[in-house]
Amino acid sequence: MAVNRMFRTCPTTGLVFHQPAERLIIVNAVTAVVFLLIGGLLALGVVLTRWPAVHWLAADRFYQVLTAHGINMLIFWIIFFEIAGLYFCSAVLLKSRLATPRMAWAGYGLMLIGALVNNYAVLRGDSSVMMTSYVPMSAHWSFYLGLILFAVGALVACFVFFGTLVVAKSERTYVGSVPLVTFGAITAAIIAVFTIASGAIILIPTFLWSLGLISHIDPLMYRTIWWAFGHSSQQINVAAHISVWYAIAAIVFGAKPLSERVSRMAFLLYIFFLQLASAHHLLVDPGLSSNWKIFNTSYAMYLAVLASMVHGLTVPGAIEVAQREKGYNHGLFQWLRKAPWGNPVFSGMFISLIGFGFLGGISGVMMGTEQLNLIIHNTLYVPGHFHATVVIGTTLAFMALTYFLIPVLFRREVMFPGMAKWQPYVFGFGMYGVALFLMAAGTLGVPRRDWDITFAGNTFPYEFPGAAFLMLGLAGISGLIAIVGGGMYLLNTVGSVFLGKRVVTPGFAYVRAADGVAPAPKPVSAAITGHGSAVGAWGLVAPGTFSFAMVFLASFVLYYFINWKYLATVWPLK
Amino acid sequence: MTAIHTPTERVWWKQPLDRAELLWILIALAWCMVLFFMMPYWHLYGKQNLANEAYRTGPEQFSKLTDEMVSKYKVREEGGDLKVPVVHPPAGGDAYLIARLWSWYPILELEAGKSYRIHLMSMDYQHGFSLQPENINIQVLPGYDHVITVTPTHAGTYGIVCNEYCGIGHSTMTSKLYVVK
Repeated sequence: MAVNRMFRTCPTTGLVFHQPAERLIIVNAVTAVVFLLIGGLLALGVVLTRWPAVHWLAADRFYQVLTAHGINMLIFWIIFFEIAGLYFCSAVLLKSRLATPRMAWAGYGLMLIGALVNNYAVLRGDSSVMMTSYVPMSAHWSFYLGLILFAVGALVACFVFFGTLVVAKSERTYVGSVPLVTFGAITAAIIAVFTIASGAIILIPTFLWSLGLISHIDPLMYRTIWWAFGHSSQQINVAAHISVWYAIAAIVFGAKPLSERVSRMAFLLYIFFLQLASAHHLLVDPGLSSNWKIFNTSYAMYLAVLASMVHGLTVPGAIEVAQREKGYNHGLFQWLRKAPWGNPVFSGMFISLIGFGFLGGISGVMMGTEQLNLIIHNTLYVPGHFHATVVIGTTLAFMALTYFLIPVLFRREVMFPGMAKWQPYVFGFGMYGVALFLMAAGTLGVPRRDWDITFAGNTFPYEFPGAAFLMLGLAGISGLIAIVGGGMYLLNTVGSVFLGKRVVTPGFAYVRAADGVAPAPKPVSAAITGHGSAVGAWGLVAPGTFSFAMVFLASFVLYYFINWKYLATVWPLK
Repeated sequence: MTAIHTPTERVWWKQPLDRAELLWILIALAWCMVLFFMMPYWHLYGKQNLANEAYRTGPEQFSKLTDEMVSKYKVREEGGDLKVPVVHPPAGGDAYLIARLWSWYPILELEAGKSYRIHLMSMDYQHGFSLQPENINIQVLPGYDHVITVTPTHAGTYGIVCNEYCGIGHSTMTSKLYVVK
């Protein structure tokens, strides 16, 4: 079979698109956005029910909507977008042809069928088991089957990605090492393979159990292995969205990584340690020893946390250096004041970075500390945390990247540029509110996944303090703001991609590349080749970022010990 | 070149580290060690730890032990027609608490300042033991008798809320715990 070697070069960025890769990236990204739309509509049901003053849906409908919201957002939207990202980071960034486009289409097909089957199962009404589907609560067999098909499809896509790396290397489409962003994508894909394997190990037996072919699944074993899938899949997101941050720093500022060595080592630490995170969910479970809990929950002494703290410095640090070279060298923060805050690619990325670090990162360490988990486990603090990591961190970073992809990949102009300018702020700050107020409610003991915390009609009701209801109300308002922000994104994205004005470039063509060699790219106009010797205050290249890092550390230390102080007031337990 | 291009230096791993990065890595590493050692430290010097004492058992066995406790130490009944027994187990002794769809059984009455070995287990799905307003949260699994040695500090009426989703009646799964002087 002849290999398709048709390429086009983007006139503004110099990026090279292999024709089949381009189509696959487009289709995966568009599918992702469709699932974001579904998840976003479902979010409305969740928000308007957990807001006690509104309390919209009936209990059965609420649990059904919550199950579907979690799976569509956390799995389908994010992973379809990540597959698009993997193809972009391999074929496009390495200027290579995509290996086996047909397999990539087969993977896409499996993922799509899986996602539809799973949604069908939840829609039936007998599979409102939440994303975690803890045994022995059982869903319809098609619930598990859908997830298995989706996972197999995603695995196929990961191997197409690895295959493309091999093709690029053997056809010499690049010299030296792969770009840092591709390295981050490799990290994400390696973690994905581990994650999907764990998912298969637990979901296949659970599927057989739902059909009656296996009599018993141990709940603790289920939780241990399921979370090796459930939590590690969030580590795919972390690796993916940090790669997106690096990519946006490069795209918007032409920023060069402070040092390739440090950033790559940090990604490597993710691969070594992130798969231990299953323990985060088992800290107050019976049947596991404290030694096991401490070692695993800390990713072997917090080395993966170290990695995230490193990325948190190097991404804005690289931006600061690039800005200082452009002349924004005054004081500690001129580089940041003069950043393009009206460009949603940048503002989305920066709001994502700050929210992920301050809200998601710090709260994650709290929950993952063995003893502190006692005052957090299964409260609303948990969804508060992961709306900061997965929504502010991953989803907002992906949204920001979309504004870059609309002209470059889809060759359309953004339909409502004014709306695009505001969208990251509305969505981002709405979600900051959701994360903060849910965490506050969780600190007051409010349970997650609970239809009615007034416990009206119960024989022995418990009355939460008024402050808890205030926090839930504020979370509800923030949630609505975030949903409006999400709607702005969807309207603009779908409008631009399908109805937007075409970007017309004279002489546009797909060019057949000589066998084994991609067409030579045009030089990137914005690229900066090195960061020279510009050194700011305290003999540091990025003093502004460094002082930010110190503020971050101070908040982290303070909040950490406040939590221990709070724990110390609780009943003694042994 | 930038993060979306191949590194300019072929031998990038030999480039010297920037001072800001090196400093931050050292500070962050030191902090990570603090985060790690706080957990073993709290096991030695802190008062809120789980002993991870747990036994595999079955619902019949656990129900039997609970019923024995109820028949020996029942002090009254509450909850109108439901007649949920309130049990005052001996200080320092074992107390059993059953989680099931969608109730807790029985109601325990403990003495402030005394220690109890509370056994938690589910009869069916997974549940969550959430003691309010203390905000102590523990996972409750079927098949695992989880023993928690607890010392209530203040007298009062506490709420027990299920905080692991357990189906349509999840919100109705609340109960009480009394602490008396």
